Amino acid sequence: MRYAMAIDTKKCVGCSDCVVACQTENNVPIGYCRDWVVEVTDGTYPQLEIEIRSERCNHCDNSPCVRCCPTGASHYEDGGIVLVTPNECIGCGACITSCPYDARYPHPDGYVDKCTFCIHRIKKGLEPACVSACPTKCMYFGDLDDPNSPVSEILKVRKYKTLIPEAGTGPQVYYLI
Amino acid sequence: MRSRRDFIRISGLGAGGLAISASGLGVYKNLASSPPQGSELSVDTTRTPTYCEICFWKCAGWVYKNEEGKIWKVIGNDEDQHSNGRFCPRGTGGPGMYYDEDRLKTPLIRTEERGKQVFREASWEEALDYIAEKIKGIAEEHGPECTALLTHGSGGKYFGNLLKAFGSASIAAPSYAQCRGPREVAYHMTFGEGVGSPERTDIRDTKCLVLIGSHLGENMHNGQVQEMSDAIDKGASIITVDPRYSIAASKSKYWLPIKPATDIALLMAWIHVIINEEWYDKEYVEKYTYGFDQLKAHVQHMTPEWAYGITTLEPDLIRKSAKEMANAAPAVIIHPGRHVVWYGDDTQRSRAMAILNALLGSWGRRGGFYNPEKVSIPSWPHPPYPVPGRTWKDAYPDQYNLAYETLASGICDATIPTLSKACNFKAWIVNGTNLIKTIPDTEKTLQAIQELELMVVIDTMPMAITGWADVVLPECTYLERYDTIRDSTHRKPAIALRMPAAEPMYNTKPAYWMAKELANRLGLGEYFSWNTIEEMLDWQLKQVGSSLEEMQRIGVKTFDRTYDDLYFQKDQDMEFYTNTGKIELYSTALAAEGFDPMPKYTAHEEPPPGFYRLNYGRAPSHTFGRTANNALLKDLMEENTAWINPKVAGEWGIENGQYIWLENQDGIRSSFPIRARVTERIRWDSVYMVHGFGHTNKKLSRAYGKGASDSELITKVHLDPIMGGTAMRGNFVTFKFEPKEEEAAS
Repeated sequence: MRYAMAIDTKKCVGCSDCVVACQTENNVPIGYCRDWVVEVTDGTYPQLEIEIRSERCNHCDNSPCVRCCPTGASHYEDGGIVLVTPNECIGCGACITSCPYDARYPHPDGYVDKCTFCIHRIKKGLEPACVSACPTKCMYFGDLDDPNSPVSEILKVRKYKTLIPEAGTGPQVYYLI
Repeated sequence: MRSRRDFIRISGLGAGGLAISASGLGVYKNLASSPPQGSELSVDTTRTPTYCEICFWKCAGWVYKNEEGKIWKVIGNDEDQHSNGRFCPRGTGGPGMYYDEDRLKTPLIRTEERGKQVFREASWEEALDYIAEKIKGIAEEHGPECTALLTHGSGGKYFGNLLKAFGSASIAAPSYAQCRGPREVAYHMTFGEGVGSPERTDIRDTKCLVLIGSHLGENMHNGQVQEMSDAIDKGASIITVDPRYSIAASKSKYWLPIKPATDIALLMAWIHVIINEEWYDKEYVEKYTYGFDQLKAHVQHMTPEWAYGITTLEPDLIRKSAKEMANAAPAVIIHPGRHVVWYGDDTQRSRAMAILNALLGSWGRRGGFYNPEKVSIPSWPHPPYPVPGRTWKDAYPDQYNLAYETLASGICDATIPTLSKACNFKAWIVNGTNLIKTIPDTEKTLQAIQELELMVVIDTMPMAITGWADVVLPECTYLERYDTIRDSTHRKPAIALRMPAAEPMYNTKPAYWMAKELANRLGLGEYFSWNTIEEMLDWQLKQVGSSLEEMQRIGVKTFDRTYDDLYFQKDQDMEFYTNTGKIELYSTALAAEGFDPMPKYTAHEEPPPGFYRLNYGRAPSHTFGRTANNALLKDLMEENTAWINPKVAGEWGIENGQYIWLENQDGIRSSFPIRARVTERIRWDSVYMVHGFGHTNKKLSRAYGKGASDSELITKVHLDPIMGGTAMRGNFVTFKFEPKEEEAAS
């Protein structure tokens, strides 16, 4: 089992519903977020292009955050989901520095927090909150080992990329381009 | 002169033990201390239905509570055609409105203390008695017609009932003359029917979506954005006409970076090409339309080359994009837009768009415009309304005869006494609309307010308008109240229920309760003869084959269509509600009123040297100014920016991110500085900003002073002579690097 997410940059309008849906679902404190939206504009008027990406923890295969965690609070769960166990986390912030995606933040309660792929929802057979809320249905989630999962199906037929592949982390959030 | 009525900052709210719960967003904090990581959130599965009130799209959803029984999240209802189970960021951020600690918390009455006007906290009893007495006195002296209702939102129906029972028909929503009015009139003139809300656009199945300045995706009209995404999936093409490279433009096959204020020239050139190349739907035009020959003659000189000189758009691009539409026809939508009060000839521009739809045969066709249907919910039985002796219309003899709804700006103007205005208003009830930002030309709005003997403001938040009220009535949020049944039109008729997910926080009340209590005090109790809101809603629901119990369980009920098909049938004979019974390419109604029966391009004023056209729009995370203080949404966007083309910024030495002030052609400078966003996405002749920022009331603690207000810079208003729309895009701004002297000194 290998959980992954694919996000269609051609459909995303950058509304940030994924951000609010995550905040309310996971009670992320005001002023922080586990996911965010990046908008990149290229060209000069009127020859322009925009790419919009909803970004979050990439739940990497080879996660520097897990490797550098001194207490083992950062760890892999079944399906490759990278999690932090709050009561094992000492808030040293090594993982925050090591993450090439800047996906982690120091929670005011003293531990490091980030996207969990909504593991509490997945266990109930639900999609992550961001995926289920997205008005444009631009996000796909599932098990890459299952060829019929929504994420496997879409990656079969669309061109895609990952972010900062040169970091060698094996990111598992794919962007359809 | 504002001598009589001073602006009062609402202060000391909730003091005196009135606050029931002041937890604010602490709920989020408390929950965060027991983090869900790895462990399961203990989910309270009890949920209550609602429909959203953060914008007018009114998506139906479910309110979930946490284990402490506090409101946790709002999720779309899968059965709902408005949302398809998916809310937009504003709807998802609904709890932020409920938990906002800056909410209005108790009734307030204007009073004078030691020569200074202040609000004093009042009981509901006292506040309602005060209003009833004042309003009765005004009616005795001037007639009941001199009370007007200005409203936006669901509670308006109850106050509408009250006002009609009282004997006034002057009920206005700024969403007409300040927003979609010209479009509605234009479609009535053309097809005999309006576009309505949600718009009857069949975007889901379209092959070509044409957006004229409409920025779907940035305006989060949820169902439409969803359908645009579906259409992209199915390979539809998008054509966007906008001086700004909008998000929609970035999804488009053709982006037409038009010179602002020249849209009608482009539209007429498209009509010219489609007629002259014979790309129009001949059968449809022959069978259903009136005035084709006149139209053909009318557009003969309006070639793409003619339009090029006006719009700066290459003739080849105009032809190619016309061909793209024709290839898709009839599954093509020239989108009517929504906020269409731009330059003063807006009904005519909307007409040109309607005519294009008619030529391409998209009205009544799959992938074009569908026939919507709704459930008609009967009103609770009440005596007939008295016939008012006068209405707002009497203030405008022989004007705006084609306006189907009341003009909010018309009521505002008619409140200022002049010899020519026959109906002066003496009292306003303002429900859920911040007129200070909604109606352009704030000075004039304030002048009208000074003339009032009574202004009652009903709101959830201390918006600027509350500071000018005589009485402020705090409404509970949509998450804490029952409301009218949502019975809007859609592909299938459907109803949705809003019920309270929690008891009202603070000393707040729902609109229906306020209206009924006022009615009792005005001797109009028989117009509100139900005992409880549940009794009334249950009765209403039973009339249409449901019940309150059922709706509390399911939230949304969808019915089968009854009276016709979603689209015209092949060769179906149709009679349209126009003078000729046909789709009018040549409008007989406009001709009869002395207006151009077919649209013409008129040149609009251009920015003087050193000035740029002020263009404004929406952000997906905010609705007007009403969400600026919502903690969840403020996190997404806490201030607006002034979009400036890099060439222009270079000339002025403005750097990206730098704070500047905008000053308009009348010397009005923004109250607050605005951050420059130097971007290639805007034309060199325009400045763009998102509407709804620059709040001046300090009691909006998160929104105060964040960004600049476009409304205060819109001092030049062009009135649409056909229906009285207040056009707002004829204003020009320049850049300043410091505040006005008096502001700097204070």
